[in-house]
This record gives sequence, C-alpha cells and structure tokens, in this order.
Amino acid sequence: MSPAFTVLGVPILTFLTFFPTVGALLLLLLPSARPGAIRAAAFLVSLITFAASIPLFTQFDSTSRGMQFTEQAPWVPGLGISYHLGVDGISMLLIMLTTLLTAVSILASFSAITSRVKAYMVTFLLLETGMIGVFAALDLVLFYVFWEVMLIPMYLLIGVWGGPRRVYAAVKFILYTVAGSLLMLVAILYLYFAHHGATGMYTFDLLELYDTPLMRGAQLWLFGAFAIAFAIKVPMFPFHTWLPDAHAEAPTAGSVILAGVLLKMGVYGFVRFAMPLFPEAAFAYTPWIIGLSLIGIVYGALVAMVQQDVKKLVAYSSVSHLGFVMLGLFVWNTQGIQGGILQSINHGLSTGALFLAVGILYERRHTREIGEFGGLSETLPWFAALFLIVCLSSIGLPGLNGFIGEFLVLLGAFRASPVVSAVAATGVILAAVYLLWMFQRVMFGPVTNEKNRGLKDLTRREFWTLAPVIFFIIWIGVYPNTFLRKLDTSVAELMDRVHARTLSLGAPPVPGASLAPGAGLVRGTSLAPTAPQPDPPAGAGGAD
Amino acid sequence: MTGHGVPLELYQLVAALLFTIGLVGVLVRRSALVIFMSIELMLNAVNLSFVAFSRLHGQMDGQIFVFFVMSVAAAEVAVGLAILVAIFRNRETASVDDVHLLKG
Amino acid sequence: MGLNQLWLVPALPLLGAILNGIAAGKLPRKVVSVIGVGSVGLSLLIALACFRELLALPEDARRVTQGLFTWVQSGDFQADVRYALDPLGAVMMLVVTGVGFLIHVYSTGYMGHEKAYGRYFSFLNLFTFSMLTLVLADNFLLMFLGWEAVGLCSYLLIGFGYQRPAAAEAGKKAFVVNRIGDWGFLLGIFLIFVTFGTLDFSAVFAQAPQKLAVGSALAAAIALLLFLGAVGKSAQIPLYVWLPDAMEGPTPVSALIHAATMVTAGVYMVARCHVLYLLSPVALLTVAIVGAATALFAATIGLVQNDIKRVLAYSTVSQLGYMFLACGVGAFASGIFHLMTHAFFKALLFLGAGSVIHALSGEQDLWKMGGLKPHLPRTHATVLVATLAIAGIFPFAGFFSKDEILWNAWLHGGPVLWGAGVVGAFLTAFYMFRLYFLTFGGRSRVTEEAKHHLHESPNSMTVPLIILAVLSLVGGLVQVPLLSGGQRLDAFLEPVFADAALVAGTGVAHGAASVAGSAAAHGAASGAAHAPGVEITLMVISLIVALSGIFVAHRFYVADPDLPCRLAERAKGFYRLLFNKYWIDEVYDSRIVQPIYRGSVRLWERFDAAVIDGAVNGVGKQIERGAALLRQAQTGYVQVYALILTLGAVVVLGYLALR
Repeated sequence: MSPAFTVLGVPILTFLTFFPTVGALLLLLLPSARPGAIRAAAFLVSLITFAASIPLFTQFDSTSRGMQFTEQAPWVPGLGISYHLGVDGISMLLIMLTTLLTAVSILASFSAITSRVKAYMVTFLLLETGMIGVFAALDLVLFYVFWEVMLIPMYLLIGVWGGPRRVYAAVKFILYTVAGSLLMLVAILYLYFAHHGATGMYTFDLLELYDTPLMRGAQLWLFGAFAIAFAIKVPMFPFHTWLPDAHAEAPTAGSVILAGVLLKMGVYGFVRFAMPLFPEAAFAYTPWIIGLSLIGIVYGALVAMVQQDVKKLVAYSSVSHLGFVMLGLFVWNTQGIQGGILQSINHGLSTGALFLAVGILYERRHTREIGEFGGLSETLPWFAALFLIVCLSSIGLPGLNGFIGEFLVLLGAFRASPVVSAVAATGVILAAVYLLWMFQRVMFGPVTNEKNRGLKDLTRREFWTLAPVIFFIIWIGVYPNTFLRKLDTSVAELMDRVHARTLSLGAPPVPGASLAPGAGLVRGTSLAPTAPQPDPPAGAGGAD
Repeated sequence: MTGHGVPLELYQLVAALLFTIGLVGVLVRRSALVIFMSIELMLNAVNLSFVAFSRLHGQMDGQIFVFFVMSVAAAEVAVGLAILVAIFRNRETASVDDVHLLKG
Repeated sequence: MGLNQLWLVPALPLLGAILNGIAAGKLPRKVVSVIGVGSVGLSLLIALACFRELLALPEDARRVTQGLFTWVQSGDFQADVRYALDPLGAVMMLVVTGVGFLIHVYSTGYMGHEKAYGRYFSFLNLFTFSMLTLVLADNFLLMFLGWEAVGLCSYLLIGFGYQRPAAAEAGKKAFVVNRIGDWGFLLGIFLIFVTFGTLDFSAVFAQAPQKLAVGSALAAAIALLLFLGAVGKSAQIPLYVWLPDAMEGPTPVSALIHAATMVTAGVYMVARCHVLYLLSPVALLTVAIVGAATALFAATIGLVQNDIKRVLAYSTVSQLGYMFLACGVGAFASGIFHLMTHAFFKALLFLGAGSVIHALSGEQDLWKMGGLKPHLPRTHATVLVATLAIAGIFPFAGFFSKDEILWNAWLHGGPVLWGAGVVGAFLTAFYMFRLYFLTFGGRSRVTEEAKHHLHESPNSMTVPLIILAVLSLVGGLVQVPLLSGGQRLDAFLEPVFADAALVAGTGVAHGAASVAGSAAAHGAASGAAHAPGVEITLMVISLIVALSGIFVAHRFYVADPDLPCRLAERAKGFYRLLFNKYWIDEVYDSRIVQPIYRGSVRLWERFDAAVIDGAVNGVGKQIERGAALLRQAQTGYVQVYALILTLGAVVVLGYLALR
C-alpha cells in the first residue's frame, strides 16, 4: 500500500471526491446577480480539483499490485458497509480524465449557459463528486450511492439546460439507466447474502467479495444483471438509443461529460465488477458480448454516416467506438484489455473534443444541422485546424491517440480470432467515411449560406478549452507508454484474478476462433498459455 | 401485573371501543374537523393500550411511545388545521366531499 | 553529419511543418519559403552525407539503425520509433529528398500568388516527413504511421483548394479508398505479429524462411493482405479510382505525391517485404497479374483523356503497374529502378504540365493548347526529354528501366506478361506523344485571353525542370544492361535482395521459387551471363514498338489532325467506353456506395427508430395504458380510501385470527 497522501490534510481521494461539493456549497453563497463571479469561482474549483488530482498520477506506483491511496472507515458497520476508497491504474486514469474534462466543460460553459448560472455550476460540481466517487469507491453500497448520485445532476443538466426536446431525452436517459441500475442493486444484494452464506460474514467490500465462491448458474444471473446495467451505460447495441437523444439535447458541456466520462462508467463497471466478480459467467457470455460489440461497431458507424445532425452523428460514432472498447475487454489478452481501457480514455478525449467543437459551432449558428454549414474553413481557420486534428484522432490516424487504442484492441482481437478482428477493422474504414464526409460538408466547399459568412474564429477562451484536450490527444498518440505503463499491473491483476478462478475452463469461447481460417495457421494464439502470464514489467521494454 | 385490580381486559375493551368510535367517525362524517377529532380518538385508544401494556410488563417503552404519538398527533393537528383553514379560505367549505380533486 | 544524424532527415521537414503550421500565415512569404525549402534542403544534404557513409561501409554491413524511443508497448507487443538505412531505404530516401527538394523550389514559383502559402508549405513539409518515415522505418508499425500520414497529407493537399467542392470530394475519396487498402495492411501486420512475435523488419525477414513454408496458406495470406494495402496506396486495380481525381490538387502536389513518391510506397513495401512474397508463389503471381493488368488498363484510358493532368494520372497508374509487374516476377531491383527513373521523368512531366497550366492561366484542356513550343522553350525542351524517357527511347532513363522490366517479365513471367507489357509500352508512347503534340505541336488553339498572358515560367520553376531533365536523361546509366559491371544499382541493392537467394536456396522446386532464384542471380551482377542475344532482340522490339507509338501519334495529331475524330466516329462505342473510363466510377457508386448508404438510412429509420426505440417507447405506452385502468380506483374521496383500508385490515386480521 502506498503511503497516505494528503491534500491540505485530507486524504487525496476524499479531497478529490468532496472538494467539488464543498465548492458547490460555497458557490451557493455568491449572489446570483453576478454570473461572472460564479463562473470564475466554479472554474477555479474545478481547476483546483484537477491540480489536486495530478499527484494521483505522479505518485502512483505502477510496479505494485493492489489498490493505492486507499482509505477505509466504517460507515454502517452493522451491515458491513464501509467508506472504502482506493484506485488502481485503471480508475486513476479515469479520475484524471474526469477532473480534466470537468474543468474544460465548465470553461466551455461560460458563454453557452446564460440562464440559472448558479444552479448550473452547482449541479456540475455535484456531478463531478458523483463521478469521482464512482471511480474511487471500493464498497458496493458506496459505489451504488455514487452511481445514483451522479444520475441526478446529469438528468438536470439535460432536462433544464437542454435543447427543445430536452424533457423527453432526460426522462429517457434516466429511465434507461435506472432500469439497469436496479437490476444491479438486486445482484449486489444477492452477492452480499451469498458471501455471508459462504463465509459467515456480512460485507459489501469489493475486495472481499472478489473471493466469493459462486455456482455457475448464480454467476450467469448475476453477471447478466450487472452486464445489463453497464451495457446500457456503455452503451452497447441494442441499449444505445438513449444516447443520440441525450447527446442531441444536452448542452455542450453535458455532452462532453456524458461522452467523456459517463459512458466510461459502463466500461469501468465491467472491468472492476462484472468481469472479476463473475469470471466464469464472463467467459460464458464472451461470444454474446463480442457479437454485440461487432454489431455496435459496424451498426454505429453505418448509422452515423447518414445523420444530418452533427451531435447525433458523434453520438452514433460513440456507439461504434465503444464497441471497440468492449471488444478489447472481452478478447481476454493483455493487448485487448489495455487497448480497450486506453481506447475508452481516448474516446473521452476525442469525442469530448468533438462535442466541444460542435458546441463552438452551435453557439455561432444555433443549429446542429450539417446542411446549414459549409465552407467554414474560410471564415474559421484556427477552428478548422483544431477540429481537423480532433476528427483525425477519432478516425484513428497513427500519431494521434485513437490509433494506439484501436490498434491494440484489434491486435488483441486478432490473436483471439482473426475473423472478429477483420470485421471490427471495417469500423476503421467507416470512421473515415462518416467523419471526413461530415468535415467536408461543414468545413469545405464554398460558403453557400450567407449566415456563415461573418462568423468569428475561436476566441481565446474557446482555444483554451480545446488545447489541453488536443495536447493529450497528441501525447497519447506519440508516447502512449506514459499511460500504458500505469495499466500494466492493474490489467495483469485483473487477468490473474479471472484466470485463477477459471483455470478449468481453458480459453474463453471467442466466436470464430476455431472457425477462422487463421486459427489453424496461427501458432500460439490459444489464450491459455499466453494470457494469464503477467507481462514483463514496464522497465524491460524500450531498452535497446 | 395489574396491581390495582383493574384487569387488562377492561383497558382493552375501553381502547377498542374508543378506536371503533373514532374509526366510524372517520368513515361516516363529512366535516373535516370532526374527522380530525375522530382520528384523535383512535390515536388515544392506541395510547391507552400502550400504557396498559406498559404497566402490565413493568417496562417504560410503551409510555415513551405514547409521548411520541402525542407529539406527532399535535404536529399533525397543527398541519392539518392549517391545511383546513387554507381550503376553507379558498373554497368556503370544510366538507371532505367537496375536495375530491385528487382522482384518476 | 552522417549516419548518426539519420533521424534529422525526417525530423527537419517535421520541424518546418510545425513552424509554418503554427505561424499560420503570419510570417512573410520569404521566411515561409526559407523554412519550407530550407528544411527539405538541409534534409537532402544530410541524406547525401548518410548515403556517402553508407557507401563507405562494407557491403554486408550496409544496414544502420537508429532507435529513438519505444513507441507502443503492451504485454509482449513492442514497437519502437526506430529508423533504419539500408541500400533500398537509401535509394528511396534520396528520391524523396531529392525530388522533394526540387518540387519545393518549384512550388515557391508556382504557388507564389497563393493566399495560404504558409499552409501549403506546412503540408508539403509534413508530407516529406511522413514519406521519409515510411521509407526509413525499421518496423511495420512505424511504416504504417508513415503510410497513413502520407495519406493524410495527400488528403490535405488534394483538398488544398477546399473551396471547390470537387477538390474536397477528391481528397475524401483518396483517403477513404486508401483506408480500404489499409484495412488489409493492418490485418497483414497483425498476422505478421501473431506469426513472428515481432514487427521488426530484420527479425521478421530473418525468421520468415524458417517459419513459413513456401506456398503455405499463411505466407499467401500475409503477402496478399499486405498487397491489398499496396493496391490502395499505389492505385492499382481495383482501388485505382482515387488517383485520377486526386489531380484536383495543386500541380506540384500531383508531381510529388501522386507521381514521384507517395504512390510508389506500395512498390517500396512489396520490395521491402520481398522475402514474404517469394515464399508465396500465389501472391507473386497476383502481384504480377494485377500489375500487368493495371499497366494495360490504365494506358487505354489514358489514350482519350483531354485533361492534361488526367492523362498523366492514368499514365502514373499504368507505370506503377509496370513496377508491380517487375516485383511480381521477382525482379524487385528492376521495380525499384523503374520507381526511381519514373520519379524523375514523371515529376518532370507534371511540373512541365504545371508550367504550361501556369502559362495558360489555369487551362488544363489539351484541346485549348497547341503550338506552345516557341512560347515556352525551356518547358518544351524539358517535357520533350521526359516524354522520350517515359516512351522508352534510347538512351533516356525510361528506356533502361522499362526494358529491364520487360526482359524480366519475359524471363520469369512468360510471354503473356511480357506481351501485356509491350502493348502497354506502345500505348504509353502513343498517348504521351499525343499529349506532347497537342500541347506543343500543331497550331495554337489557345483562347485569346490566355494568349494575352502567355509567358515562360520564372527560374524558380524552370531550373528544377532542367535538373529533372538531366536526371531523366542520365538516370538510367546507373543500370546499363549487358555491360559487365554496368548494373551498379543492382549491385548496390544486392545486399537487400540477397536473401531472395536464401529463400530460393531452401531447395524448393516450385515454379515461382525458381523465379526468385534467378531474380537473385540476375541481381548478382551477372547480367551478361544469360543469353545476350535474346535480350538484345527484345530490346530492339520494345524500341521499335515505342517508335511506332510515336509515329502513330504523329500521324494522328500532326500529319492528319482529323484522323482521331474520324476514328472516334467509326468506333463510337469503344471510344465512349474509354472516354468514360469504363464507367468504373459509376459502377462503384451505384453498386457499392449507394447501396451502403441507402441500407444505412434504412437501418436508422426502420431499425433504430422503429424497432429499438419503438420497443422502448412501447413499454412506456403500455405502462401508461395500464395506469389508465388502475386509476379508475382513485375516486378522490378520502373516506372511500379509508374504508378500503379498514376492510383490508379486517380481512387480514380475520385471516390471522381464524387460521
């Protein structure tokens, strides 16, 4: 365990989780009549939170296994509920992503939100508490509480500050999510009692529950319940239809957080809960999840191609990209899982930036219809350059972040089943089609719509909302090892945990692995011998 | 241990009688004010029962509960009367049949 | 400066791209030019120094690598940013920096009036960086980085004049079609990693003969997947459709990217992976057939196009086919040789065409040119050299390289492939001289207005033309056939392609493997060993064919200018087939693009909106309907509720009491 690290005397994870709430309370004291001060204060709070999260990255010990920066205190001891926080490489990166995107989103809201500014900023900061809490919680009740806490602010963001169909979208969003999370609650309770039945101890502590022995039948049900909750959040095909509506109606910053962080919670849920808690069931469901991921990749891309609304286009592209992420997780090898997690970070950055860019356009023209634009490169050259980089990152151009994630996912998938990888790789072609086509219709060509003629290029503030995201887009693309190394032990631990409990099962049934023409040719692709071995430590690589 | 000779059954009988009167009052009367008074009767019937059992078992729990019931009842009456006054101001009636707005 | 600074060769253009990119047009044109041209010029100087040091090394030690950092590492996968220089890479590096430098210089003149001057040079430098990364990469992943990055630069530069919808559309088309090829390339990379456990060139190629059996399905799969990438990048059948459209880009871009360097990346890749191809006769045969077919097919289209740049574009597609034909018959060195000479004369042709277009204020239609010879003396002379070179006339560079390909096709591929090549050579000579005569010969058809501005281009444009003309003239002399010791390029490349002999030496009596063996032997400076008589005969035949092509062109477009029209009338159907490029674009659009688009619309409207959302909203509707039933019980009379409550209590109590 790493030594306790504190910020202003408060353990760092508690500080990160609750500082936004404290900030929100302080914000309430400011007069509503001075929106400028409220905006600045909210931005300051989010900036401090981001700054405070940096030690999480720098002090993280990527060689040691187990959770770090842990805190544990009894909460409701009678029921075995504790206030247990801690991070590994996976959740650490997701918390960094959250603090970064929150700060960026608040900055991006300065001019977009003009009504009920105080309420908006308070809501946003409470949302941040919920999100960080979800990633830091190691107690299932605590996790569930944060999971639900974060729903409410998001519901309000869409329902109050959204577009014309905001109420429909907000209700759809919350009903979808709550339907899933209630199933999860039931499964949590079942697990709680099953653990008591096996050990005589009542506890909601995740690390204890990891070792609960469960019959295969029970695992299948429990995994199913967790998986639906998370699959809705990811969202996996066919649970995705809340996403385009929510994205289209949410304010820019809401879309950024929704795409950037909230969807990652589904992915995180699989990695932290569903897969290690019920490994046998995870193996059993592997063909289904891979099948749905493949459908999601291709389907999301095809439907994205025909959208007329920029935000819906990006929303469907998320369905496609998250398909890659889920595919990576369920091919059960190091490249796949590391690539999947990295790709979910990448998606947060790229798609977050895409929504920021769309928001910048929306503020100028108050429309999201692709047909309304055209020729904007002429009037907005700086915007065009940054927007292009963001699109290329989403397309997966080598040298930018998206490529690294997609490459590792596809490589991992190829090792498991060449056919799966070949189908998934068509998503890479289609990504180029729909994004470049959108870019062409929005940015290129002559200016045909008079309203587009006098538009102003990026303001300094807008530039600084995009710049930090693009900075990380390039960093991950050029030197992904900074981030991949943080994942090494966490991913190895996940795979060990799963394989220790599924030794008898052999390789998971990746569809097409045996049918594939490559299966006979490709030597050493069977997962059992390669996958469970912990990979060589980071230091070994890179030496010439 | 009904030390002073009054058997428990008598207490129970009185309590049941009070409760029934109250219940019938709630069900048949139309005036909101009377309904309130009937509810009070029902609550006090329960209180009587509580005290009697408390005495029987020689434990204080029942009597403590009575205090809770009384304070909740007081609060309830205060809120209820306030609502009643508000309704009367708006509709000039205290009959519950005239305020059946919450229906499907 | 030398091999230790190898990394500077790609890094300097990158620096130039970043500087000009960030300055975003705020710098004066002079400074932009100095940065843009200077960075590539410096890079050329360092490349030359590296080349000299490489030559100084003993032959079998001519492979130098320089690792910068680990790029991606995950589990047992690792790929570094590592550059390597070997003779093959050196040839490519010199072509890229050399031709690239000349085209940068030319651009200062050609693009002089362009508003987005800084952006242009930024993209052009970025391209140079990417292309150098492609050819100097030491592993497949870094090569893929360069591979995709050149595609990006191509996209950006084709769409440079993005205000024109056609340019923007062409850029996108190029990128997407390339991506289809890259799909194969990417899967090929995966298959290589899964098979060999590494992506480093030296390790993969060293292990290949042991790990892959000759003619095995695995070897074929790897080679064909990689070849799909090459087909996309090098515009071969069936993915050639993007290249003619790419002519929407500025002419120097067409010269650099779509003629001299980027489109040859596929040839380079096949040559680089020759070991893998030699292990798969099927793949080699595919490469040869695709190459020959494309060479012939594109040439026929080129016969009747009227846009000067499109003729050159189809010519490029056709010449790339020759290079693949060479690789397909195992004569990789010949493919690279032709790649090099083609880079010289095709760049020259494009730049010359650019000079003509520049002089005619943007006119590209051949039928609005003619008689330009006296007005553009330098351009005319240099273009004539290039036209003779591409037509394959002795002693121009194209003669040597094309002839070597035909000779190898005869030797290792048989008469059919050779015949296709010869017919292609005739067509090439014909359409190139058609272009030449229509542009410079005959009487002027230039519009009055354009005639007014007619002028020879400035020195910044003509000097690169002259240098390239010299190269087109003498470039072939590095590889003189029949002369013992004349094949200097072969000898230089020999260490790279020597392992071809190794593969063949594994003792497989397979047809194509013996192809490989003799190809290697061919490389071993023993050109004169095999039947000089046949080689001379073939040489004479191809020379006669080329001359007759020129003669026919002369008859058609100078001696009897009405002849083409009469012929087009007589063979109307055939003419229209060629003129409309076999309607391939239309077929792709109606058979592939439109169905996918309509299917996606249907998916969205009929499945996403109707089925899934229909189900979701349906659940909501059903709940509402059920609630409508239940709410009948809500009368609003509190006492009714109380009564029901009481009755309920009575029932429960009664049940408990009577049980």
